[in-house]
Amino acid sequence: MDKLFSGKFLFIGLVFTGLALYPLVASNYGLDLVAKIMIYAILAMSLELLVGSTGLICFGQAAFFGIGAYMAVMLSPESDSANLLWLLPAAILAAAAYALFVGALSLRTKGVYFIMVTLAFAQMAYYVVHDTKLGGGTDGIYLYFKPVLGSVIDLNDAKVFYFFTWVFLVWTFIFLAMLLRSHFGRVLAGIRINEQRMRASGFSTYPYKLAAFTTSGGIAGLAGFLFAVKDGFVNPEMMSWHLSGALLIMIILGGLGHLRGAIIGAFAFVFLQEFFKSSEIFGAFSKHWQLGLGFTIIACVALLPKGLVGLPEVLRKRLDGSRPRDAQVVLK
Amino acid sequence: MDLSIFLIQCLNSLQYGLLLFLVAMGLTLIFGIMGVINLAHGSFYMIGAYMAYALSPIVANAFGGGFFSVLVVGLVLAVILGYFLEWAFFSFLYDRDHLQQVLMTYGLILVFEELRSLLVGDDVHGVQPPDFLAGVIPLGDVMTYPVYRLFISAVCLLLALGMYYIFTRTRLGMMIRAGSTNREMVQSLGIDIKLLYRIVFAAGVALAAFAGMISAPVSTVYPGMGSQVLIICFVVVVIGGIGSIRGAFLAAMLIGFVDTFGKVLLPEAAGVLVYVLMALILLWKPDGLFKTS
Repeated sequence: MDKLFSGKFLFIGLVFTGLALYPLVASNYGLDLVAKIMIYAILAMSLELLVGSTGLICFGQAAFFGIGAYMAVMLSPESDSANLLWLLPAAILAAAAYALFVGALSLRTKGVYFIMVTLAFAQMAYYVVHDTKLGGGTDGIYLYFKPVLGSVIDLNDAKVFYFFTWVFLVWTFIFLAMLLRSHFGRVLAGIRINEQRMRASGFSTYPYKLAAFTTSGGIAGLAGFLFAVKDGFVNPEMMSWHLSGALLIMIILGGLGHLRGAIIGAFAFVFLQEFFKSSEIFGAFSKHWQLGLGFTIIACVALLPKGLVGLPEVLRKRLDGSRPRDAQVVLK
Repeated sequence: MDLSIFLIQCLNSLQYGLLLFLVAMGLTLIFGIMGVINLAHGSFYMIGAYMAYALSPIVANAFGGGFFSVLVVGLVLAVILGYFLEWAFFSFLYDRDHLQQVLMTYGLILVFEELRSLLVGDDVHGVQPPDFLAGVIPLGDVMTYPVYRLFISAVCLLLALGMYYIFTRTRLGMMIRAGSTNREMVQSLGIDIKLLYRIVFAAGVALAAFAGMISAPVSTVYPGMGSQVLIICFVVVVIGGIGSIRGAFLAAMLIGFVDTFGKVLLPEAAGVLVYVLMALILLWKPDGLFKTS
């Protein structure tokens, strides 16, 4: 167990170090792409807190992401840079507040019904920015001046923005990892495994679930804020159910029940997309990139029941067929 | 709103609702009985619509038939497709986590979209209704209503009644209902549950594809038409209560009327109305209108 424990952290430490060193060799395009993936990784981790850790499958995460992003743009003054110190918390709080509202209502339902109620509330937010003047309609809104913190942090610089995002990626990972190891996280795990029994042993599960939902929404809002600042632009598509779906796909692909699975899934999903889209490798066929991506996903389902996180275990089993580890898998 | 416009909107709502019901029925069957959250269901609808477009010259050459031969050929192909898909992609997934199935069906969406793009291209196509259904009937002094839309409603209604009969009055329906309640028990009674699942899946695919085929003349055939219908069908299934045919029917009608009249009366809020409706219904009845198991 100890060995596994350290191996996990060695892996994630290497990933974070690699990401920190990446700007030394990166092109502008690469820097932008990896910053985008890191934002998706933060967002995927926020969803992992609900889906993988608490067993609440939320199909509306894009709404909280979008609210964080829209807040970043709408609260910024038109002709000046906003101060990070209040703009970032404001974006996070707005997203968390909507999550609190959605969670308070939707947690009354269970299972697939919960999936659909969260979708419904996300779609409501989507149509508010899509169909009303409030959010600039389908065209979206531009953010002309990116927020700054005095002369210390200027997010107009791509490298500064990259490290800013990196810090939040690491912070989110550590925050969630500690959260899940705390008393609170243990209760969430208990709810995932058997909510009935948790209630029977004296836990009022609803406040715990609501707290998890609100926290998740806040972190999604953080990701949305970062995304809006990165592109200097927001549009309603950031709230569409396609993004919520893609996020679920990322964390399932990466492997549910593991925080690093969300990060791996985000990277794998975007890299696979970029790989099959690249015309250097596939030539004219890169137009049909979804075919390759689709077949890869199907192969992952067929071969990796635990997602990409389970890949080392599968490989180890292939190399050394008769380990007691197999018995464990069968038993489960 | 005067009476004839009101009547026309009612007919439109009815037709839209019935069509939704046809697609959602397959979804609720697969969902309720097999427990598979099938995101690829919209793709089957899309495949149906494209079959109506692409098969018509081929079928006309081979059999000399028109629209109805296309429907029959398409239906047969859809059943075969469903049967094959269940065997190849789903039969090994039942013991796994539900979300693994979601991932699988997501992969299938991507594959179907691209296969469609490779085989038929990305253009928008129109499909002609058969000549004898192409006319209009007068409503009042100036209004008319296309016969083909009435035809769609009639066909959907017949199919709905047929499915209801199979479900409640036949041995197969009995086995399907039993299978949705307790898989192991049904298996131990000597019923081949694997075959049953395969039949249900094939029927679900066929229903969605059929809905796509008959709606092709009114909705035109375009890329991405599947994902549009998918979400709204999930709404129907969930409002109705998962696995309940009766619930799906009522929910589809409700959505049909709310969406159609919403677009007429409150065009700014038309998109959001359906979701407000769903949220309200689920907060009022957390298990949908007709709870089954």
